[in-house]
Amino acid sequence: MFGKDSNEKRCATIESKLVEYLDGRAHPAERHAVEQHLSVCASCRLRAEEFRALWGALDDLPPISPSPAFDASLRARIAAEPARRSFWDWMPSPRLAFAVTTLIVMSAWLSSSPSVTTNPSGMGQAIQANKVTVESDFGMIRDLPVLENFDVVSKFDALSELPVSPGASTTEGTKETR
Amino acid sequence: MARTDVQLMLDVKAGDEQSFELLLRKYRTPLVNFLYRMVRDTAVAEDLAQEVFLRVYRARQQYAPSAKFTTWMFRIATNLALNSVRDNRHRQMEISMDQSVDTGENEQPALEVPDRAPSVEQELVARCRAELILKAIHSLPEKQRAAVLLHKYQELDYDEIARVLECSESALKSLLFRAYETLRVELAPLVSPTVRVDRVPVDRSGQPAC
Repeated sequence: MFGKDSNEKRCATIESKLVEYLDGRAHPAERHAVEQHLSVCASCRLRAEEFRALWGALDDLPPISPSPAFDASLRARIAAEPARRSFWDWMPSPRLAFAVTTLIVMSAWLSSSPSVTTNPSGMGQAIQANKVTVESDFGMIRDLPVLENFDVVSKFDALSELPVSPGASTTEGTKETR
Repeated sequence: MARTDVQLMLDVKAGDEQSFELLLRKYRTPLVNFLYRMVRDTAVAEDLAQEVFLRVYRARQQYAPSAKFTTWMFRIATNLALNSVRDNRHRQMEISMDQSVDTGENEQPALEVPDRAPSVEQELVARCRAELILKAIHSLPEKQRAAVLLHKYQELDYDEIARVLECSESALKSLLFRAYETLRVELAPLVSPTVRVDRVPVDRSGQPAC
């Protein structure tokens, strides 16, 4: 009885290796273990033989051919796809996408921030001048790795970079960075 | 020198439509066969196969070869097939021996026959065996079914199949063992050493198995 139990355990162990063994993909040690067991276990040996016969029988399942209309139908489905290219599809990398996103967000924020001048009549000109100055000073466009440096970006204080236009109030003037 | 599947897909990503055609020609038959054997409905199988190619095409811009192309493609196919089977959206058509012999309409999928014209009896035997095999495979739980089809007919490696089925290699080998164990019993008329391949298989009582 003790021997029968241990043999059953060996059968269970071999079962997990049988497919790999019959595939010819078992490691040498495992192949040896399976062959050892098959030489003494009639039921596992029968199972292995029937697995081989089964695989041979499964080969009898003939393949089917796609219908003649398959390719044309697929092309029609592809042609019906909506044009999905968006601005972001042009981005070759996520890092560049992040950099451009940051630029756009900051541009929008800068253009919506209060002007440094309190002169209503000159406000439009001041804003325009600030925009030109900001954009022309945007060395970040030329130096994208700066945008990838979070330490730099987090400490960047845009207002401190803006030049003070002549005659403007200095109440909200430049701040000291850091 | 022939380009690899990964190279072809990268060329598709670069805008080369001809490379997509090459992938289509290479994999449409294996995909249709895999899906037909999963869902046992030719119309559904072709619809799903087209969906696989459509998804491959849609994903071309974001394609990054982190695995073999076949692993990716069959993963899409397997998920679609499992969803189709589980949702039971499509009626499962039984391929009957009567339909294959009597009707003029081609409800039976077109089998690829060898060049020698088979006799009527040979064709009958072949269809009977095919019917038994299909029925037995289709009786397997879906994941075992997919495992057998990918292992036996698509000849994917264990690690590939494990990735497709999202399980470990050891779990996959257990899956395969249980599946083949079931098929060994279901297809006993075909597996017995005394069976004759030129005769209609018989069951244990000696009656025709199909």
